[in-house]
Amino acid sequence: MSVHEFRVKVGPVAFRICSAWKRPIDQLADLYRDYPTPEIPDYSVRLEARSPFRRFIRPSITLGGDYMLPDAAPLPLAQGLLAAEMAMNLQVALGWRRHLLLHASAVEKDGKALIMTGASGSGKSTLAAMLGHKGWRFMGDEFVLIDLVNGEAAPFPRMISLKNEAIGAMQASALDGRFGPLMIGTPKGDIRHLVPARDAIAQIAVSATPALLLFPSFGYEPAVREIGASEVFMRLTQASTNYVALGEAGFTTLTRFIKTVPARAIDYRDGIEAAALVNQLWDELA
Amino acid sequence: MLLVEALRDPASTASLDADGWAALLSMARAEQLIGTLARRLTGLLIPDAVERILDEARVNAEYQRRSALWEADCARRALAGYSGKVVLMKGAAYAAEGLKASEGRHIGDLDIMVARADLPQVEAALLAAGWDWVKEDAYDDAYYRDHMHELPPLIHKERDRMIDVHHTILPLTARPKPDAAGMLADAVMLENGFYVFSPTDMVMHSAAHLFADGELDGGLRNLWDIHCLLMEFNDDSFWSALKSRAEHHQLSHAIYCATRLAHQLYGTEIPKDWRNRHRQDKWYIMRLTARDDWGRGTCKFIRLVFYIRSHWLRMPPLMLLRHLWVKWRKG
Repeated sequence: MSVHEFRVKVGPVAFRICSAWKRPIDQLADLYRDYPTPEIPDYSVRLEARSPFRRFIRPSITLGGDYMLPDAAPLPLAQGLLAAEMAMNLQVALGWRRHLLLHASAVEKDGKALIMTGASGSGKSTLAAMLGHKGWRFMGDEFVLIDLVNGEAAPFPRMISLKNEAIGAMQASALDGRFGPLMIGTPKGDIRHLVPARDAIAQIAVSATPALLLFPSFGYEPAVREIGASEVFMRLTQASTNYVALGEAGFTTLTRFIKTVPARAIDYRDGIEAAALVNQLWDELA
Repeated sequence: MLLVEALRDPASTASLDADGWAALLSMARAEQLIGTLARRLTGLLIPDAVERILDEARVNAEYQRRSALWEADCARRALAGYSGKVVLMKGAAYAAEGLKASEGRHIGDLDIMVARADLPQVEAALLAAGWDWVKEDAYDDAYYRDHMHELPPLIHKERDRMIDVHHTILPLTARPKPDAAGMLADAVMLENGFYVFSPTDMVMHSAAHLFADGELDGGLRNLWDIHCLLMEFNDDSFWSALKSRAEHHQLSHAIYCATRLAHQLYGTEIPKDWRNRHRQDKWYIMRLTARDDWGRGTCKFIRLVFYIRSHWLRMPPLMLLRHLWVKWRKG
């Protein structure tokens, strides 16, 4: 069986990806062309044909890899990039034990990190993408990796995954941005990938000190609320995929994070309001 | 096969290049032996990138050991009012007793065994303590209760962890009829209060599970358990005790298969007259080692043959036909 293969290192995580088709591999190789190539991968990801026929007729991708979900739905070949990205994220979510993993986005300025977390639709990914093109360094929009020894945040700046309205907004503001193919009607809506700005890739191995934690909510009058430490703790245990597995190290890392990093909830209706709130809180607290 | 070689002789990994390591790690993850591999390779000079992956596997194995013992303890507390023996099986038992087989081992569901007559009482106590039936249909539920060696699986509502409550070690429809009451009678209490099978019965259960029941999925891991148990229990009287216990449980075939294949794959020391190779051994080995460099299952046809065989072993032909008919109609 002919197999097409690609290797890439995103932050500290090294992947090898094989595919029954050439196209997704070519797309990955193009979008990730400035990223380092690892020798020994941490995780293997496989884009396999659902059946021998479905390699050629209405090609359908089954996600595979070192870690798999039993009931992952197959995707059409046209959504191959999304398939690869989902499978790569899954390896990290289920496998990574070298940091405390937070499902969050992050940007950096002056060696300090702004971390944003919240439910899907809160806008944390779009905010990070936007700030990443407005003077901040983009560190990631899926996972933030907190060091178990020194509490520093390591970047995981994979492709930025823009959804629905965010696609148009970023195409208008990131004029020099490099975009992947537009994928319409995926299980997550319309998706288009954006390559992180040059500084994000150049400093892919550079950690930052967590300085501010925000819980954004999109669609409400601008507001800022304080959040108690115990609520932050509860929310972050839910936002972490490996907190329980890390045991005592996870608890120590998370409690130190909460004691040292100020946290606020912010409401906003558009990017301009959000940027104003972020800058104001950053000047006050970080 | 790369993985078998690395487990058998960890120093053999010295010759691996980057692609070799990638293949070994994917195979080990696919067979859920990465934690075991990490333990075997401890102290050897290996590339930094691999060491980081193995450290991760060690952290994860420790987490699984901790949560398996916690889950066993939850079951014990739920069954505090039950006066019979509650015997831990497989991974949780190895961990509770601190056996070599538990080092780095992947542990999934909790398996326990109680007397068959006490099942209603045990099931009621677990339901009262927060376990619930995994959604099953009426046919599956009745099938479990009439023909299987365990209750339909229960899952804890809050902790999301499964428990399998056994009353013997093979389906009631299988040809061998092990002496479940004898296994319970011989089960021993550890210092920490958990019951586990006697050494010969522990090997018996593992071998029966592998060679008289399933389709050899996860076979390399089960065979590694058997390898570790045999190495740890190996003393002058063990082998003759194992032989007569196997005859008593009607499991001689499974025991000879298990010990012979452990010897052939992992180099387990077994008595000379237990080592005679059989014609079917190569098919077992082909099935057990059917993984490629990306961790994918290979040898589709052999897998299918063993799948059919597993059903053949599990029930008599007419019953199998009826079972397949019902399953087929349900789609």
